[in-house]
Amino acid sequence: MNLAVSIALSHLSSHRRQTLVSLLGITLGVAFFMAVTSLMQGSDADFIRRLVDGSPHVTVYDEYREPRPQPVFEAYANATVELRSLKPRTEVRGIRQYKEKLEFIASLPHVRVAPALQGQAIVTFAGKDLGATINGVVPDLMRRVSTIDEHFIEGSLESLAANPDGIVLGSGLAEKFRVGMGKNVTVASPVGVVRTMKVVGLFRTGNAPIDESQAYVLLKRSQNLLNRPNAANRFILQLDDPYEAPEAAKVVEAAVGYKAQSWQEASQDLISLLKVRRIIMNSVVSAILIVASFGIYNVISTVVLEKTRDIAIMKSVGFHARAILLIFLIEGAIVGAIGSVFGVALGLSMMEALASVQIKTPFNTEPTYIPLDWGWSPIVMGIGFAMASALAAAYLPARKGASVHPVDILRGAA
Amino acid sequence: MSAVLRAEGLTRVLPGDVPVTLVEDITLEIEEGEFVAIMGPSGSGKSSLLYLLGLLDMPTGGKILLNGKDTQGLSEDELADVRLRQLGFVFQFHFLLGEFSALDNVLLPVRKLGLLPEKEAVDRGLELLGALGLADQAKKLPGQMSGGQRQRVAVARALANDPLILFADEPTGALDTKSSENLRTIFGDLSRNQKRTIVTVTHDPSFAKAADRVLFLVDGKLQPPERAADLFAVSVR
Repeated sequence: MNLAVSIALSHLSSHRRQTLVSLLGITLGVAFFMAVTSLMQGSDADFIRRLVDGSPHVTVYDEYREPRPQPVFEAYANATVELRSLKPRTEVRGIRQYKEKLEFIASLPHVRVAPALQGQAIVTFAGKDLGATINGVVPDLMRRVSTIDEHFIEGSLESLAANPDGIVLGSGLAEKFRVGMGKNVTVASPVGVVRTMKVVGLFRTGNAPIDESQAYVLLKRSQNLLNRPNAANRFILQLDDPYEAPEAAKVVEAAVGYKAQSWQEASQDLISLLKVRRIIMNSVVSAILIVASFGIYNVISTVVLEKTRDIAIMKSVGFHARAILLIFLIEGAIVGAIGSVFGVALGLSMMEALASVQIKTPFNTEPTYIPLDWGWSPIVMGIGFAMASALAAAYLPARKGASVHPVDILRGAA
Repeated sequence: MSAVLRAEGLTRVLPGDVPVTLVEDITLEIEEGEFVAIMGPSGSGKSSLLYLLGLLDMPTGGKILLNGKDTQGLSEDELADVRLRQLGFVFQFHFLLGEFSALDNVLLPVRKLGLLPEKEAVDRGLELLGALGLADQAKKLPGQMSGGQRQRVAVARALANDPLILFADEPTGALDTKSSENLRTIFGDLSRNQKRTIVTVTHDPSFAKAADRVLFLVDGKLQPPERAADLFAVSVR
């Protein structure tokens, strides 16, 4: 065995009780670090997944990010121009020549796209009128860019394809009407078109604002209802890698001219919140290990104090100061490493226990479990932080030990 | 015979508000194979001189030549290397590592130097312990041995790397009469039969008697040989 390691082990074994307490501190520190990190990262990932799955990765709207400048300002760029009594031009809403633009986006690699025409309508059933957002979609395309299919409690998007006058309602909306499958509802658009449509599907996303206001019909039917033939006012994009959304949005916006918004841009506030939460979490779990490292500092400080004569004799024999420093750093590393091994085992057990905790909400009949990150990162982070804090805690007393001047000790002992 | 160790105008002053002179302007030579005892009253600077000669401490004036090579200007690490390869130390208190067996203590400098394979190192350690009458104590911890045995282990450790010079600081100072006698015999044997160069500090005139030469220090100054002889004669009485 390496001489420095054997000396380090002999020091630790001579302070068995203190070493065990330090080991316990690191073990618990690593275990809690892992469990909490896994929990937080798991819930972050779950939250992001829900955010990403529940909304398009990129949405192209029929609007511009910046208002287009008046031609006169472009013509006289260096002049002072004042424009009075400007009357805004009434533009037809919708994405112009949407089919060509759709084809272009569909040709981009790793991108799936579906058109939609969204508008407001009044849905009437049994004398009750409620406002709803009507989404005109192409079921085959919509299925490729949305998880709505997974949320159907009755029927499916296919039912729309089979029934051109069909409508799919959010569960909250259906409950308000007390309407079920196969019933006819009346849909009236703001432009005065009224149609009777048959309920062919019900979905529940778990997001109340969506479930209580959204309805799906065929794209062609919504074009009729909203009196916008051959129009679409949304492109819904899904990417292979959702985190590529900002770049993809830039490319699409530059190409089609309309505002393309990534899910990150749409949810900036939530993402900021997650960042703050992550900082708080990291601070708390780091504090656990920092406190644990005081145990290591304590045991190595004691060893250094008690072993000054040993240090003096080792130096007189010919040990360099850095060899002495190394011995005490090895002590810290041994406690850190053994504590990490036990900590990982305990942390995995804690994670198993957390993962088995079932959560039932009154609005969700399916049991859900605490989301955890089972990847390597909580383990690697836990071990890395434990080793770093163990070595940092060992360094100060180690440096003190390395600076011992043998003659001072030999004189004192004589 | 040639000088293995030469000190020229060696001075050591402890800095402070009131500087303390430990040794002053000492010039001496130690020949190869010579057994030199340093004596003097308490506080006369014997141990300080030994630490300087053993390169454990740095002089504030003068220089030390080891085998003709000036040690002035060597870094701490270089001095440590010189100590590891060429010098051995025995102190008043054995200073063995308490958690290591006698054999492991003896092997400490050998393993640190790392020139011998483990098996050969162990054989050398056992040979040294055997030569000092400790063959059956190799596995014992220092706490399981008597003071005399521990000091003999310390001697074995000091000899482990076959040093050019063996330094000893009051090696019998903490031993009973029997153990002191035993150690005296060992040092005498090392000098006479093994022709080892030994420099020892001692209060014990009977220990110093075994030496080829006795140096006497008073107030940090080396006394002339004739004065040293008188002082030694007084100390024997």
